[in-house]
Amino acid sequence: MERERRLDVDGHGEKELIGRVAPAGPDMIQGLARRAFVGTSANGEYKSRLWLTESTFRKILYLSGISAIVLLFAILISLSVSSMPAIKQIGLAFLVRSVWDPVTGEFGSLPFLVGTLLTSLIALLIAVVFSLAVSIFLGEYYRRGPTSSFIKGIVELLAGIPSVIYGFWGLAFFVPAVRFVEMRIHVAPYGVGILTASLILSIMIIPYAASLGREVISLVPADLKEAALSLGATRFEVIKKVVLPYARSGILAGVLLSLGRALGETMAVTMVIGNSNMLPKSIFAPANTMASIIANEFTEATGKVYLASLVEIALVLFVVTAIINIVGKVIIIKMAVER
Amino acid sequence: MKRFVVVLFTLIAASGLASASFGEQQEIIGAGATFPFPLYSKMFDIYSREYGVKVNYQAIGSGGGIRQLINKTVDFGASDVVMGEADMKAAGAPIIHVPVCAGAVVVTYNLPGSSDVRLTPDVIADIYLGKIVKWSDPRIASANQGMAIPDLPLTVIHRSDGSGTTFIFSDYLSKVSKGWQEKVGRGTALNWPTGLGAKGNPGVAGLVKQTPGSVGYVELIYALQNKMAYSSVRNRSGMFVKPSIASTIAAMNTGLSSDMRVTLTDTEAAEGYPLSGFTWVLAYREQAYQGHTEAKARELVRLIRWMTHEGQKYAEPMQYAPLARDAVAKAEALVRSVTYNGKGLL
Repeated sequence: MERERRLDVDGHGEKELIGRVAPAGPDMIQGLARRAFVGTSANGEYKSRLWLTESTFRKILYLSGISAIVLLFAILISLSVSSMPAIKQIGLAFLVRSVWDPVTGEFGSLPFLVGTLLTSLIALLIAVVFSLAVSIFLGEYYRRGPTSSFIKGIVELLAGIPSVIYGFWGLAFFVPAVRFVEMRIHVAPYGVGILTASLILSIMIIPYAASLGREVISLVPADLKEAALSLGATRFEVIKKVVLPYARSGILAGVLLSLGRALGETMAVTMVIGNSNMLPKSIFAPANTMASIIANEFTEATGKVYLASLVEIALVLFVVTAIINIVGKVIIIKMAVER
Repeated sequence: MKRFVVVLFTLIAASGLASASFGEQQEIIGAGATFPFPLYSKMFDIYSREYGVKVNYQAIGSGGGIRQLINKTVDFGASDVVMGEADMKAAGAPIIHVPVCAGAVVVTYNLPGSSDVRLTPDVIADIYLGKIVKWSDPRIASANQGMAIPDLPLTVIHRSDGSGTTFIFSDYLSKVSKGWQEKVGRGTALNWPTGLGAKGNPGVAGLVKQTPGSVGYVELIYALQNKMAYSSVRNRSGMFVKPSIASTIAAMNTGLSSDMRVTLTDTEAAEGYPLSGFTWVLAYREQAYQGHTEAKARELVRLIRWMTHEGQKYAEPMQYAPLARDAVAKAEALVRSVTYNGKGLL
C-alpha cells in the first residue's frame, strides 16, 4: 500500500503531494523502520515515534543529575541525624579533644583528624613527584609506541589493585623493610606507623594524577611548543615554561583526585598504620585515621554515644573531604590558563 | 521468544512457591560473637540434620548480637561479653545468659631463643601500662629463674578492633591491677596507654611474629592452630598454669552465680588458667513478645538446651572448652526458667 505524503507548502491551505512512502517489498526493512520511527502528526509533518524523544531524554538527564545531588544531601543529613547523641553530649570539643576512651565514654576525634591529614598530605607530596614525572614522560617523550602502552598499562594497573592487597603486601613485605631501616637509624623499630602508611598510600594514588596529567599534557597545542622551540628553548625549558603552565589546571585536578582517594582509603591504611589512638609524636610513631577507626570499632560498638561518636567521625571525614574538594576546585579555576 | 519468556517466568514462580513451602518449617535466627562461630556452625548443621530445624547464625560481633537482640530482630544473641547495665536497661526485659563453652586468651611473644616464658599478673599489667619497657627488667627475670632472656625492647601489641578477646584480657587486668582498673578499665575497645594495634587475631599474631621482642594476646585456639609460643601465667593460687583446654575447664571449678553472668578471669580454681572466659547465648526470659510465636519460643529453648547438653561433645575436638558439670547444671536451670506468657516451655 503506497501512501502519499501531503503537506501545505505554499500556505494556501491546500495540502499538496510532496512524496510517497515506499511500500513493502525489497525496501521492506527501510519501510518498516520508517513506519516505526517516523509517523505523521495531525498536520502531516514528520514526527519521531521513538519514546525517547528530545524532551524525554532531557528529563531523564535532569533526573539523574538531581538524584546525585539529592543522594549527597541524604547522606549528609542521615550522618548528622545519627550522630546527634554525640553532638549533643560532646559538642564542638569533639574536634579538639584527643582522648578516645570507649570505657569511660569520652570521645575526641583530634588524633584521627591529624592522622588522616598527615598521611594523606605526606602521601600526596611523595606521589605528586612521581605522577608528574610519569605524566611528562608519557605525555611528552613517549606518546606512542610499545613502551608507552606498556608503562601506561602498568600505571593503570596500580589503580586497579584492591586496597586490601596493598595492605597485605605492606604488612608482609614493606613493614619489615621499614623496620630494618628504623633499627639502623635507632628509632623505635615498629615497622608500622605514619611513614609506612604514607608510603603505601602514595603508591596507591600515583595513577590518578598520572593518568589525568598525561591526558592534559598531551593535549598542549603543538604550535605553542614549536614556537618556543623555534625561539631557541631546550626541551626542558619548553616543558617548564610552556607545557606545564598550560596544563596546570588539569594536573591540579589530577592531584585533587589523588588527594580525595588518599583521604578515604581504609583497608590498606588500617593494616600498616599501627592503630594507636593517641596523637602521634613523630613520623615513625603509630597513629590512626578516621576511616580506619570506623572500620575497626563499628561492628562491636555498643552504647548510644559510642556509636554516635563513630558516626560523627564519618561526618567529620565527609565535611573535610568536601572542604578540600571545594578549595581544590577554586584553586584549579584560578590556575586555569585563559584561552 | 514470547513462549520462552512465559515458560521461564512460570519456572521461576514455581520454584519460588516451592521454596516458600520449604520455609514453612521453623527457622531460628541468631547473631553475635565471632569467637564461637566455627563451633556454632557445626552445632547448627548437626542440629538441623537431626531435628530438621534450621538455624541461621550471623557472626557480626558480640556488640552487634546484643544490639540486634535489643532490637528484637533476632531470636537469640551470642556474646563473649556480659551485657552491661545500660544495655540491660535498653532491652527493657530480663535477658538470660546461657554459657555454651569457654575459651582462653594467651599471651604470646617473640623472643628468639626463649620458650616457656612465665609471667605474673602484675608484670603483664605493667607491660601493657607501658611501665616495663625492656625484657631485661628484673621482674621478668625473677619469674623466669635460670632462663636467658635477650635484652630486647618490649613492643606491646593489642587489638585495634573491638573484640571479646580484649574484653577477657582487660577484665583480667582490671581484677589483678588497681592501676589498670583506674587508668583503662574493661571493655571490648579500650584507650590503650601504649602499643600498636592490629586487626583480628591474625593481625596480632602476624605482627608479633614479625617484631622481635614483642608481646601480644590472642585466642587459645588460634595460638594452638598456628603453633605459636605462649606464656604460662601465675593464677591466684600461685601456680604457673599453661593455657590449655584442660586448664580452661579447670577454671570453671569455682562458685558460679546462678545467672551465670560471671567472668572466669582470675579464677579461684587451683589449677585453672586465669585468662579464661565463657561465651554466652542471650535470649529474653519472657518469650511472648512481638512477632514471637509460642512454637518458635519452644524451638529456641530446645535448641539452647541441646547446645548445652548433647552439643557439648563437639566442643573439645574443635579446641573449645566444654562446660564443666556445675556450669551445665546452672545452664539447664536458666533454660528452664524461660517462659511464654508466664508458662514454662520445657
